[in-house]
Amino acid sequence: MSSIDPGELLQYLINGLALGSIYALIALGYTMVYGILKLINFAHGEFYMAGGIFGVLAIGTLGLHPALGVLAVLVACGALAMLVERLAYRPLRNKNRIAPLITALGVSIVLMEGFRVVFGAQPRSFPQLFENTVYDLGEWFPSLEGVIVQQTQIVIFLVMLVLMSALSYIVLKTKMGRAMRALSFDFDASRLMGVPIDRVIAFTFFLGASLAGIAGILVGMYFNNVEPYMGQLAGLKAFTAAVLGGIGVIPGAVLGALALGVCESLVVGYGQSSYRDAIAFGILILMLTTRPWGLLGKPQREKV
Amino acid sequence: MIDYALQLLPLLAINIILASSLGIINGYCGLFSLGHAGFYAVGAYAGASITLFGFPELMETWPHLLLLLSSLGGMVAAGIVGILVGVPCLRLGGDYLAVATLGFGEIIRIVFLNFAAVGGATGLTGIPQLATTRTQTWFYFGAVAVTLWLFRNLINSSFGRCVIAVREDEIAARSMRVNVRFYKVFSFVIGSAFAGLAGALFAHFQQALHPSNFTFLISVQVLLMIVLGGLGSQFGAVLGATIVTLLPEFLRFSETLAEVQMLIFGLVMVIVMLWRPDGLAGLFRREAGPANKKDAHAVA
Amino acid sequence: MLRRLATLALVSGVALSATAAQNIKIGVFLPMSGDQSSFGDETMSGVKMAVEEINAGKDFKIELFTQDEKSNPTDSANAVKKLINVDKVDVVVGTVASSNTNAAAPIAQAAKVPLMSPTSTNVKVTDVGEYVSRICFIDDFQGSAMAKFALKPKAEGGLGAKTAVLVIDSSSEYSKGLSAAFREVFTKNGGKIDNDGEIFYVQKDRDFSSLLTKIKRKKPDVVFAPGYYTEIGNMIRQAHTFGITAKFLGGDGWSAPQLFTLAGEKAIVGHYFSDHFSHEDTDPAVQDFVKRYRAKYGKDAPGMAALGYDSIRVVIDAAKRAGKVERTALMKAINSTKGFKGVTGVITLDAKRNANKPLVILETQKDRATFKTRVNP
Repeated sequence: MSSIDPGELLQYLINGLALGSIYALIALGYTMVYGILKLINFAHGEFYMAGGIFGVLAIGTLGLHPALGVLAVLVACGALAMLVERLAYRPLRNKNRIAPLITALGVSIVLMEGFRVVFGAQPRSFPQLFENTVYDLGEWFPSLEGVIVQQTQIVIFLVMLVLMSALSYIVLKTKMGRAMRALSFDFDASRLMGVPIDRVIAFTFFLGASLAGIAGILVGMYFNNVEPYMGQLAGLKAFTAAVLGGIGVIPGAVLGALALGVCESLVVGYGQSSYRDAIAFGILILMLTTRPWGLLGKPQREKV
Repeated sequence: MIDYALQLLPLLAINIILASSLGIINGYCGLFSLGHAGFYAVGAYAGASITLFGFPELMETWPHLLLLLSSLGGMVAAGIVGILVGVPCLRLGGDYLAVATLGFGEIIRIVFLNFAAVGGATGLTGIPQLATTRTQTWFYFGAVAVTLWLFRNLINSSFGRCVIAVREDEIAARSMRVNVRFYKVFSFVIGSAFAGLAGALFAHFQQALHPSNFTFLISVQVLLMIVLGGLGSQFGAVLGATIVTLLPEFLRFSETLAEVQMLIFGLVMVIVMLWRPDGLAGLFRREAGPANKKDAHAVA
Repeated sequence: MLRRLATLALVSGVALSATAAQNIKIGVFLPMSGDQSSFGDETMSGVKMAVEEINAGKDFKIELFTQDEKSNPTDSANAVKKLINVDKVDVVVGTVASSNTNAAAPIAQAAKVPLMSPTSTNVKVTDVGEYVSRICFIDDFQGSAMAKFALKPKAEGGLGAKTAVLVIDSSSEYSKGLSAAFREVFTKNGGKIDNDGEIFYVQKDRDFSSLLTKIKRKKPDVVFAPGYYTEIGNMIRQAHTFGITAKFLGGDGWSAPQLFTLAGEKAIVGHYFSDHFSHEDTDPAVQDFVKRYRAKYGKDAPGMAALGYDSIRVVIDAAKRAGKVERTALMKAINSTKGFKGVTGVITLDAKRNANKPLVILETQKDRATFKTRVNP
């Protein structure tokens, strides 16, 4: 009865999962920082952008070996985040909730415009790191002829899984991770128990930003397009993903991001591309007004 | 030089209205709204539509009346949207409210992007000025005067005191039988309606509208105006709007400085929050004014 | 003796003042920042070259005022307002994108200041009024030429296409108009475009996977994608990845060097677009311009630069014919331009103030476009 072509649908799903994996890497940083500081770091999207730009510089302009380049980007973005935290957020830590938000907006603009002034506004192409072979599913499932999976998409998805596992390990099994969870569970009690707050927070920012930076590299490869304003929208969507999954809940960020990526892909596929962004904001408002603790969160109590 | 300055005055009027209307929402009622550009857009498109599609006959015969009509139309339209947005969102606390209003602001922009009847993605052009530049300036500043006068009276009335009470301590206010919900929604709607007024004025000043005029970044820019001037102060809103409007024009003379204009704005926001959270108005204020923004973390 | 000297002084004084340079204020608004900044830079390079050449001569002294319209309609309107009200220019030249020219033109028309666009091709632009003109061809011609090229059998140098899909930038008046023109001629002459054969996107879109999935399923012979290079470059790259073999066709919005870097050398080969000018043109006037441009800027002259160059020269030619530098007189003289030999072709403005000129169809190679064929009006 329905005229939905399963091949077309599957293609949209595949595209959506790749997109969602990128959102996931950015969303993780949002959710971790919010879990501990209860701060929506509006500037987080800019670390993703920085990753893309640093990636173009390191691997493209400077010609570093890709592995080295990725490492350099990771460190650079993490360091940038730690700097921002130290200068702009730490002094306001004990004030009300609005001041840091405004500061975060200001930082976001500073980073965005700063990169534009230094690196120029024209989009830059990303160096091709590997052959983007295309696998036609029709080779294995004849009925799915025409549905393709790109090498880049597989890489993005795998990288996301690997990084998410690594992050889970850090958060669940290491001392630092325990400290992070303690802080997000009860900030004041943890402080009284001697948890080194400044160090833990700095580490959290570093971790979140380096993940976002890697997302920036992946996007550079996938869309071959890196420019200083790319962090704005991606940041907002990643935040939506984090809220959807449950802000402060790590697996929630990934789940929300994948769901959002798929929704977006479906909306563009079956509807119009000009509504692409509306889906993210629609989901955001829906969640905030009906179930602000997200799919995997619990009302009022946040967990990392 | 005079002509250059004259060019800016209508824009200054528009920005003052934008800033003080956001001031009512953010500064006085303590509701952190990041969707102001959405109401600005509604007012602009509504006002332009009234002029171009509603009463085009009046363009030649009664242009000033038409300008008034479209301004009022813009206000009403924005106010209605303000109710639609405010009612569900205002239950949320501090930062969630910020993000929800941001979301609505963006959705409004995307709706206009897809709304072919008002130009959609190509924009709406050919909006007549409906007044000479001189008359326009007088009219717009008249609107500013009315706006500021209205706000002043609102703030100094018992209504205003209730609003401030809600901002300072919602739970205490509720226990004093202040209908918190009503005051929140009302402040929000008033602020939105006047943003709509600014929008209609903008439409007839710029004479061309495009959804890219109403992005989230514009909301942030208006926020910058009241942060710079000092939250919770009408004088601060005017001061902030003036600086933000005039500064780019001075920077225009140096090419390098004009390049980094937005960067400077961002830095200003950060620096103000770190060192002078009361804004510039705080420098002028002697007594401890209502600039202490304690955020009541509300649960509906 | 004294009388003879005095007469000599008088006569030479009169002669000198008669040949003293006339001052003219030209306001130019172009996208120097934003998505179309590449076009803006190119056009401005041609404009500046023409201004320098004219100011080196004795007839006119151009005072050039420039404004950046930031690739969007409202800043375009703003830019023209400033040029007219503050700088008080005699003539406005600009801009590139039809959507942006459309926003600014009513202001110039209302203020009775002639506005000439060097490159806006959308039909509606000159409908605004008699003060608005252009020295380029219009999209009806461009769309028709590309449609006919697509339909022409391969043996005759065309693409022999029977089916097409339209990919339209719904945020651009230019893209919408050009695709409508293509559609009309393509379908009238036997080509087929399905009911759902129109797919839309907007500027700043970077992810075309859903769009390309649809195209792939329809398997058209050609894809007509009259958008701007910023999106088309990415689209073609992704199309190649998707294994789409259809030929992509476009208009002058493709014409920028970034098209090739964004698409990548593997994907970009073998597509076609129409343009105003090819620096391979053997016409001596063109070659001379190309040589001078290369001497000044060190690279091949792009089409937009040639149009920018011609636009200034047409304005000055009109000023010569008008005899005085006054807005309405200039407007009349511009509108009656006939047979002006520009580097982009012979420019004659018709009753609707559009130029009837030939266009060139270029074929994309790895890193540049080469001449394929010329189409006369």
